[in-house]
Amino acid sequence: MVVVTGDARGAKGGASSAKSEPAGRALRRDMPLVPAASIAGRALVTVVAIMTFLAALTAGVAILIADASHDWQDDVSHEMTIQVRPTPGHDLEAETNAAAVIARKASGILAVEPYSKTESEKLLQPWLGSGLDLGDLPVPRLIVVKLDPASSLDLGALRKTLEAQVPGVSLDDHRMWMARLASMAHATVAIGLVVFVLVLTAMMLAVAFATLGAMAGNREIIEILHFVGAADSFISGQFQRHFFRLGLRGGAIGGGLAILFFFVTGHVIGWWRATPGGEQIEALFGTFSLHLKGYAAILVIAAAIAVITGFVSRIIVFRHLRRLN
Amino acid sequence: MITFENVGLRYGMGNEILKDLNFRIAPQSFQFLTGPSGAGKTTLLKLILFSLKPTRGMISLFGRDAATLDKDAITSLRRRIGVVFQDFRLLDHLTTYENVGLPLRVQGREEATYRAEVVELLGWVGLGERMHVLPAVLSGGEKQRAAIARALIVRPELLLADEPTGNVDPTLARRLLRLFMELHKSGTSVVIATHDLALMDQFDGARRLVLGDSRLHIYD
Repeated sequence: MVVVTGDARGAKGGASSAKSEPAGRALRRDMPLVPAASIAGRALVTVVAIMTFLAALTAGVAILIADASHDWQDDVSHEMTIQVRPTPGHDLEAETNAAAVIARKASGILAVEPYSKTESEKLLQPWLGSGLDLGDLPVPRLIVVKLDPASSLDLGALRKTLEAQVPGVSLDDHRMWMARLASMAHATVAIGLVVFVLVLTAMMLAVAFATLGAMAGNREIIEILHFVGAADSFISGQFQRHFFRLGLRGGAIGGGLAILFFFVTGHVIGWWRATPGGEQIEALFGTFSLHLKGYAAILVIAAAIAVITGFVSRIIVFRHLRRLN
Repeated sequence: MITFENVGLRYGMGNEILKDLNFRIAPQSFQFLTGPSGAGKTTLLKLILFSLKPTRGMISLFGRDAATLDKDAITSLRRRIGVVFQDFRLLDHLTTYENVGLPLRVQGREEATYRAEVVELLGWVGLGERMHVLPAVLSGGEKQRAAIARALIVRPELLLADEPTGNVDPTLARRLLRLFMELHKSGTSVVIATHDLALMDQFDGARRLVLGDSRLHIYD
C-alpha cells in the first residue's frame, strides 16, 4: 500500500493481511448501495403488482376477444345462406329445391342443407313463441351452403344464376356480419390498448414519484457517493437496479395473479358451460381459456414492466442529478 | 495542485461568506485550516472539492480551470482527492469493510481486486477486528478511523480532513496526526481543518490557513 509507510504499517499491516484471504470470503456481501427494504419500496411493489395485474388482465381479455372474433369470422366465412321468399303463383318447396340444385352444381361448395318448412318455422319460435300456426304466414325458406375452403367460388356467377332461375331468391354471404365482427374486434382491441397504455402511464408516474421519494430519503447516500468519486451514471445505475428489483417483484406478483385468474376462470367457465350464463360467456369469449401465447404475453408484460420500472427510475435519477449539479 | 484566485462565495442575495480567497495548495504540502466555528472552514473544503461553485473568482484543480470542467471531468478529479468528514458520513447499511472499499467500488472495480488492500488498510488503522460490523456499533473514534481509511484507500494526491480529531481522545488524536504526517511524507498533500490549537502545535512545519472575517490569512 503506497499511502502507508514506515513503522506503523509494519507493526499492524502484516497481521491483518495474513487474515485477508479467509476474511475475504465472508466480506463479500454484494450489498446494494441503495437500501433495499423500506416501506416506500413495499408500497411500490404493491402498486406495480396491481398495475401489472390490470395490464395483464386487459391484454388477456383483448387476446380472448380477438381470438373469439377470429373464430366467429372463420365460422361465418365458411358459410352462406340462400333465402327463398314466397312469391305469388310459385311453389315455395319447388323453388327451394331448385335453388339447392343450382347451389350443389356450383364449384367450391362442400354441402348444401335446405331447411324444411318445419325447421324454418322453428327459427321464428324465439320471437313468436311456440304453438302458433304459421301456415298462413309467408315464412321464407333458408338453405345453408357450406363452402370448401380449399377451392374458390364464383359468387357473382352463382348469384346471377339463382336470381335468373328462382324468383324471390337472395344470397347472403355474411359479409355484413363479418365487417361488423371485424370492427367490433378492432374496437375492443383498441380499447384494450388504450386501457393498457393508461395503466402503464399511471405505473410510470407512480415509479417516478417513488424514485423522487427514494432520492429524497437517500440524499445523504447520494452526496457521499458523489464525494467518494461516483459518476452520475454509477449512482443512477444503483437506483435503476434497486427499482428493477422492486419492479420484478411487483411484476411477478401481478403477472402470477393474472395467470392464476385466467387459469381458474377458464376452468370455472368450463364447468358452467352447460348453464345459460355459461353459454353467453362462451358465445362472447369462446372457452375463456388463454392459449400458450396469451400466458406468454402476460409473462412478457410482467418482464417489460420490471424493465420499464428500472428505466424510468434511471431517467428520473439522471435528471435529478443534473439539476443538482 | 489547487489554486484559488479572488474567489468569493455568497448564498443567494446575502453577504459574501468567503471573500477574496487567494492561495495555492502545493504538491506534497501540509497545512492546517483553522478559524473560529462558523468561519467557513467546511465551506472552503467544499469549494476545494468543487461540490460548491464560487460566485466569483477562479478555482484551478490540478491545473485545470474548474469552471470549464464538465461533470465527468470533475468526478475524475475528485477521485484524486480523499475527504474525511467531521460527521464521518459512513453508510449505515454497509459494514466497515464495505464503507472503506466504497471509493473503489464506485470506480467499477471488482471486489476481489481490492479486498486485500482494504483489509490491510483496516488493519493499519486498527480496525482489523471491526471490519464486519456496521457503523452503528462503532465508537466515535472507530468511525473516524474508518472514515480516514475510506479517504486513504484511493491513494489520494490531496487529503482534505474536516475536524478529524474532533470526536477522539487526545491519544488517538496524536496517533491520527502521525498518520496524516506519514501520508504527507509519502507525497500526499494534506489539508486539515481544525480549531484544535494543541493539535496544530504538534506539527510546527505546517502552514496555517486562518479564516476570519470571511477572509483567509496565511502563515507560512
